[in-house]
Parts: sequence; structure tokens; C-alpha cells
Amino acid sequence: MRASRHAAPASLPIGSDADLAWVRQQVRQAAAELGFGLVQQTKLVTAASELARNTLVHGGGGHVEITPLDSGPAPGLRLAFVDAGPGIRDLDRAMTDGYTSGGGLGLGLSGAKRLVQEFEVDTRPGEGTTVTVTAWATVVPPARPGP
Amino acid sequence: MTGPSGSGPAGFGPPVAGPLGGHGFTVPVLRLGDILLVTLQGELHDGMAEQLQQDITDRIAHTRVTGVVIDISGVDVVDSFLGRVLAEIAAGAELLAARTVLAGMRPAVAITLVELGLTLPGLRTALDVERAMELLTAGERQGEGSP
Repeated sequence: MRASRHAAPASLPIGSDADLAWVRQQVRQAAAELGFGLVQQTKLVTAASELARNTLVHGGGGHVEITPLDSGPAPGLRLAFVDAGPGIRDLDRAMTDGYTSGGGLGLGLSGAKRLVQEFEVDTRPGEGTTVTVTAWATVVPPARPGP
Repeated sequence: MTGPSGSGPAGFGPPVAGPLGGHGFTVPVLRLGDILLVTLQGELHDGMAEQLQQDITDRIAHTRVTGVVIDISGVDVVDSFLGRVLAEIAAGAELLAARTVLAGMRPAVAITLVELGLTLPGLRTALDVERAMELLTAGERQGEGSP
């Protein structure tokens, strides 16, 4: 259902490889609909892929909430990755480039943070982790009226 | 709620809906003389990427090719996982006496990888498959004799 101009918030499960691919596609589509440019879309989708994989691998699965933000001066997209996993014990360390507990490159959290404008981690040992990121579409000035 | 939908609610159904369980589609790997041409396209699930790494490494050993070209012009997102797999394919090929060239990276992907912190040092690149082939065959000729 896409009757209104703006998509409603959506929640997608993250429980498998296929879900990661689906999350990437949905984030791409939402960003494109909000007017994000190609590079902005690619950055946001890449960040989403990193964070969704964290949710899957470290959080034992969870979900992502995709919320279009269109009341401000520029459209934005907020993504909240939620898991009920073990939580992040040492957040400072987890945010360091190259630190990994899961056999990856250790760029997931720190790299994703560089790809978005707002980044927030809420983690409680034994209860889970929520990583919320927001990206804003850069508004390109309208083309000058014709000659 | 009207029960399970046959066609999917919004255009495309989730990827799990299709006949795509695990390694449902294969990545084309083509042998052209002494070179293996691997064409990646669209969404590559994590499991498929790892399978591909194994397949390519096996093919190099069996066919004794001296070069591998990985065409990623059809890939719109490279995250740290896929980046690591690509780097490992190249490293494995190197140990089996084959050189790898990554061809056709999209500009938006390049910008995103730099920001992510994944610059893939040591991986040779070319703007397209043709130039990648030239790079590999030119290297061979140089090795054969001095001018």
C-alpha cells in the first residue's frame, strides 16, 4: 500500500542472510523515494548492511525499524536496529576501527558511524542493543529557471 | 489481514519467497584462455560470497589459470563483509600463482568504501573488464622476455 506520498514506518526481521539482502533493498528503496542521491543511498545502504549483520551475528537476530522523516527542512531516514542479544560490554572498544569479536574486519560499527549523520548506541548487558542511525538527504538547489 | 499474499504486498516479494534457498543462483565463472572471468551481479548473500571464494580457488587450482578478473560493475553495494571476501579471493589466488584484478567498481561504491575505511590495499583494480584483461596479459608478456 503506497497511497500516501510518504511511506509509513516499516519493521523488517533480521534472522538470516536473505533478510540482510532484503533490508538492503528496502533501505535503498526508501532512501530513493525520499530523494537521496546515489552516493547517499549507497552510503546508507552500506551502513545498514553493516549494522544488520551485527544484529544477526552478535545480537542473535532481531529487527530493523525504518522510519522516513519528512517534517524537517530536508527529508531523512532513520533506521533502528534492535536485538535482544548479550549487549556490548565495552562500547568504546567496539567503536574502535579494527576491533572485532566476530572474525570480521572490525569496521562494522565505526565504519557505519562514518557513513551517516547521526549515530546512537543503546546497549545493556544481557538485555540487548539498539543502534539508531539517521541520514538526511542533501537538498540540491533547484535548477535555475530556463533562460 | 487477508491471509498470505500470493504476489507480495508491494511489488517485489522478499527474496526468500522465490526458489532461492541458500545457493539458489550461481555466479557465472567463465574461462577465457588463461584468465577466469567472474561476474558478480545484484544481491550477493553472505553464504554465496563464501561459497564463491571456495569455487574460484578450486577452479584456479584445477584449471591453472594465471589471472582472475572479478567484474563488480553490477554490484551496487560492497560492505565490509563482501570487501573482505574479495580481498581473500585475491590473496588466495596470489598463493596459487594467479593475479586478481577487480573491475568496474561503481563510483558511489568507491566513495563509500573509502569512508567505511576499507580501501582494499593490494587489490589491483581496473575501470572495466577489457582493461583488466589488458592488465593481466600485458603483465604476462613483460614477464616473458626483456625488450
